[in-house]
Order: sequence, then structure tokens, then C-alpha cells
Amino acid sequence: MKGTVCRLLSFFVLVLTFSVSFASENEHGATQKPLSEEERIRAEVTEVKDHHLADDYHYIFFSDKEKGEHYGFALPVILFDNGLKIFCASEFHHGEKLVEKEGQFYKLYHGKIYKTDAQGAIKYEGNFPSNEKPWDFSITKNVINIILAAALLLLIFGAMAKSYKKSAVPNGIAKFLEPIVLFVKDDIAIPNIGEKHYKRFMPFLLTVFFFIWGSNLLGLTPLAVNLTGNIAITFALAILTFIITTFSGRQTYWMHIFNPLGSSMPWYAKLPLYILLIPIEVLGIFIKPFSLMIRLFANISAGHTVIIMLLGMISIFKSWFAGPLFFGLTFFTNLIEFLVALLQAYVFTMLSALYFGFAVEEHHETEEAH
Amino acid sequence: METQIPKIVGGGLAVIGAGIGIGLIGKGAVEGIARQPEAYGKIQTMMLIAAALIEGIAFACLFAM
Repeated sequence: MKGTVCRLLSFFVLVLTFSVSFASENEHGATQKPLSEEERIRAEVTEVKDHHLADDYHYIFFSDKEKGEHYGFALPVILFDNGLKIFCASEFHHGEKLVEKEGQFYKLYHGKIYKTDAQGAIKYEGNFPSNEKPWDFSITKNVINIILAAALLLLIFGAMAKSYKKSAVPNGIAKFLEPIVLFVKDDIAIPNIGEKHYKRFMPFLLTVFFFIWGSNLLGLTPLAVNLTGNIAITFALAILTFIITTFSGRQTYWMHIFNPLGSSMPWYAKLPLYILLIPIEVLGIFIKPFSLMIRLFANISAGHTVIIMLLGMISIFKSWFAGPLFFGLTFFTNLIEFLVALLQAYVFTMLSALYFGFAVEEHHETEEAH
Repeated sequence: METQIPKIVGGGLAVIGAGIGIGLIGKGAVEGIARQPEAYGKIQTMMLIAAALIEGIAFACLFAM
């Protein structure tokens, strides 16, 4: 069991390590009129929020806008563009300088690396740059955070697994985690998948549950972590669910999708219904993991946004009662975020187990009641 | 700002819908527990699942806004 968990976990880390970063494109309107004090503070708070939610080539814990200081460290940039190019992200100087490697120029523009010519020209197509982008395998902030989350999980569960060698009765960290693992088995896996097949999916369900819960909790620390609030990472998790569902689908599963009405009606009666029903079922195959991705991403990133904006309200309302009021609100919201962290992990795992259960469903004979 | 008004109004309507939906779930859950206090665990589980699914839809709307 420990071997399978370890193997699955390392596969997980491998898949998620190469996720492409997602950065939102803001409007390209450069306002020339001077902003009032309140608008300036609002823009600054929004920038803090955007910076927290997005992935970055530097690991920045805290930046001081007035002094222009960033407290953090630069991370390696690994590009593959006719050859592997590895260099430090500080060469970009926060997007001001062009980096030249082996005759090719790269520019960091709005958080992404583009190939440019010697002047650093960015060609636009509508609102978005249309320069070519090299294959980007950089160790960005999110990659470091995934490795951190994976290392934490390996540490905790490795210790737990080792403690079972001494006795079947749990002691140490196992005393705390065993009810939770049994909860995933008894209340998520077995009711949805059934006694016969649930063991195959237990490693994945356990990994996904604790990874999402752990990443959500890490996001609430001051470590500037934002894993599950990044759509690329939730996309990777949902794609794994989709792949496992599709590849463990049995005959009954595909029959339910392409022949839902079965043998209850003659073919000429089923045909007009199927014209409507089968596209919906086929779309459902893709929409179910897609909704998993959106639900987790939106919940967590919305939670982070609310907390940052509430704290920013303290700067916007500079009266003496704004501080305690918004601090109290933020504290409350943070407590709710702890609940949401666990709840979203549970919902993701439960819906994954539900989809696996559909895939491996045995065929029951439907009784015709006349 | 004027072109953003339909977006904002739509977002507000979506959140109203989610609020009413989850409120109805809460009402059903509390009434179920009042009728049969032994089923507390199962009803609570069901309520949280349904609430998370509805919030998923509301967030999908906010994400697309």
C-alpha cells in the first residue's frame, strides 16, 4: 500500500510539475490622467491580489511598493527552444531587460516569456501579444509549492506508514490520520464505487483528497502559496479524473452513454430521442471533470481574493474604526476558508469517486414492471 | 463603466440564485433533522455536497463574468 501511494504520488508530482502557468490578461488601457489617492490605493490592492493569484518566475514573499524592494528570491528559468536554455530569472530584471541566449532574445512581458527580436518588439493581435513562446519548463513559484506540498505529504504519510510496521494499532501521527483515511475509504470510496472495485481507486482518491486539502491549507499561510487557486493545477487534477474514468469504463458505462434507453423501446422510437439525448450524454463526459476543475479553482481563488480585498479596505478607508472592523471581518472570512479548504477537498474526492463508480458499475438486469 | 453594468447585474442575480438555493437546502436539512434526529450524519453530508455543487455553478458564473 505504501509502495502504491508513493508511486502514485511521484507520478502526480511529475504531471503537475509541467503545468503551464496561467496569468490573466488585463486591459491595455494606459490612462494618462493622474489618479486620485483612493484610486491609487485601489489599483495597488488589485495589483497585490493579481500578483498573489498568478504564477511568477520569482518567489516573492513581500514587496514594499514605496521602496521598490521585493523580499524573495529568483527562480531558474528552463526553456526549450532548439536546445535547452537554463538561466536565472533575475536576468530579466522584472521585465525591463531582454535576455539573449544563443542568438535568441527573450522578453518577460506581463508574466510570460516571449521570443522577440533584438529590440524586444511585442506584436499584438487584438489585445493579446502574438509573439511565439518557447517551451517553458521553468521552475516557477507554483512548481516549488507543488514540490513543497508533495514533500509534506510524503513526510507525513511516510511516517504514518512506517509506524504500522511496529503494530497494527496506530500510534503517533497515525492516531490522527487513520480516522480520516478510513473516512475516505468508508464514506467516499465504498458507497460510490462498491465493495468489489474500490481498492483500485483508493490510492488516487487518498492522494487527491490530501493534496487538495494540504494545498488549500498552505494557501492560507503567509508563504504566498496559491496552488489550487491556479486553473492549470486544477486542470491537471481534473484531467487525471477524466483519464481514469475513461480508461476504466466498462461496457455498462459506455452503454449508458450511447444507449441510455436500452431495450425498453423499439429502435424507431428511440431514434428521435437519441438525437437529443446522445449529444448531451457525450458532452456530459467532458463537462463533469470540467466542472470539477472550475469549482475548485473558483472557490479557492475567490476566497483568497476576498481576504486580500478586505485587508485592502483598511487602507482605503483611513478612519480609526476601519482597522478593527475589517480585521474582524477578515478573521471571520479566514475561518470560513478553513472550512472551505476541507469541504472542497471532500467534494472533489467524492465526485471523482462517483464518476469512478459510474465507470465500473456492474450490469443489473432492470425488471420490467407491468 | 456603463458597458459593465449588465455584467455586474448578471453577477448579482447569479449570487442571489445561489443564496436562495443554498438557503432552501439548509431549510430542508434542518427540517429533516428535526423530524428524525438519528439521521443527523447522513443529512449533514448530503447538505454539504449539495451546497458545494450549487456554489460551483455560482462560481462558474463569477469566473465567466
